[in-house]
Amino acid sequence: MQHTDRRDFLKLAGVAGVTFTAGLFPGRHAAAQAGDFHFVQFSDTHWGYKGAANPDAEHTLEKAIVTVNGLAQKPDFIVFTGDLTHTTEDGKVRRERMARFKEIVSALTVKDVRFLAGEHDAALDKGEAFKEFFGATHWTFDHKGVHFIALDNVSDPGAKLGDEQLAWLAADLKQRKTDDRIVVLTHRPLFDLVPNWDWTTADGAKAIELLMPYQNVVVFYGHIHQENHHMTGHIAHHAAKSLIFPQAAPGDAPKRPPPPPFDASLKPLGTRDVTVSAKITFTELPVTKA
Amino acid sequence: MKRRVFTALLIGSAVGGAARLLAAETPNEIKVAASKFEYTPDTVKVKVGQPVTLVLTSFDRIHGFKMPDFGIRTDIIPDQETRVTITPQKVGTFVFFCDVFCGDGHEEMSGTLVVEA
Repeated sequence: MQHTDRRDFLKLAGVAGVTFTAGLFPGRHAAAQAGDFHFVQFSDTHWGYKGAANPDAEHTLEKAIVTVNGLAQKPDFIVFTGDLTHTTEDGKVRRERMARFKEIVSALTVKDVRFLAGEHDAALDKGEAFKEFFGATHWTFDHKGVHFIALDNVSDPGAKLGDEQLAWLAADLKQRKTDDRIVVLTHRPLFDLVPNWDWTTADGAKAIELLMPYQNVVVFYGHIHQENHHMTGHIAHHAAKSLIFPQAAPGDAPKRPPPPPFDASLKPLGTRDVTVSAKITFTELPVTKA
Repeated sequence: MKRRVFTALLIGSAVGGAARLLAAETPNEIKVAASKFEYTPDTVKVKVGQPVTLVLTSFDRIHGFKMPDFGIRTDIIPDQETRVTITPQKVGTFVFFCDVFCGDGHEEMSGTLVVEA
């Protein structure tokens, strides 16, 4: 499948946003690729949130599901990069929110759906409820020649990966060749995006150090509720929009301000369609369907 | 209340605020109480070049205290005093915040260190 085809069918579906092409997987030649494919990233749905930052909070996720179900070519799988639910200190309510979230996303016609936790899901109980509903908080899988690694930087309330998970990551990477294609999925930025806003992972630099010898690595994450594109050396990091409310632009103020007023004209909410081939190309899909 | 004293060993900062093991020459102390989801006071005024010890306490749960501009972070454990000594070398305002997720409102738990001439 060619990138132009992807853009065409997205346009035909009436959902195309801005397509971003990054020079990713620079260490691989196109001829060496396995079959191309695409997947969809959802992030920061915060099911259970109620507030002025999204007057349509109860329906945004459902609208996004309609949009993704309407894609002309179905993605191979869908991944949620954390903050599935909005935080609550009541464990019973947390589980009710997770159950309702799971019920809503069961409407996705693509059934290969994978979940990461965010701190709103997992930081208050170290991932206990999340594991009950969605399984492990860090995992790997391989798809059409690409190795996916999901890292958990939220179950520790101090936003650490922790030595145990870092050792697990190191052991997994030892099994890879340095030119393998690797996609890392996580919730918080692994790098210091805005330290004064706590937009970082306490020991994220250790993960990046482990990944650095590998030539073809790209990271997809959430947490900051907006697109952001950043390079640490040859490793690209791409933050996704949220499905609940936007956040201020990184570093806009000394302290992180509250979410800006909701402005639908800015299309602040959406999902992301990611095409994986010799390059990674992705298209933002705003929430458009009623 | 039985209170233990916890002394934070911290490393010097990017803006020259030397944070170090609390020593006998303990300077002025400023008490800062952490609770969901605020610091009291949330604005701390200090003088440039003068060492000051922040005496951090919490009465409800573990919170964090992170001030990236000074290279400082520590947990604040309930029923302990966590003491952080700094000598700010630069006038300005510097953010500190909780970096231990503590609930709905955690993201707003922050304060400001004002370093005056």
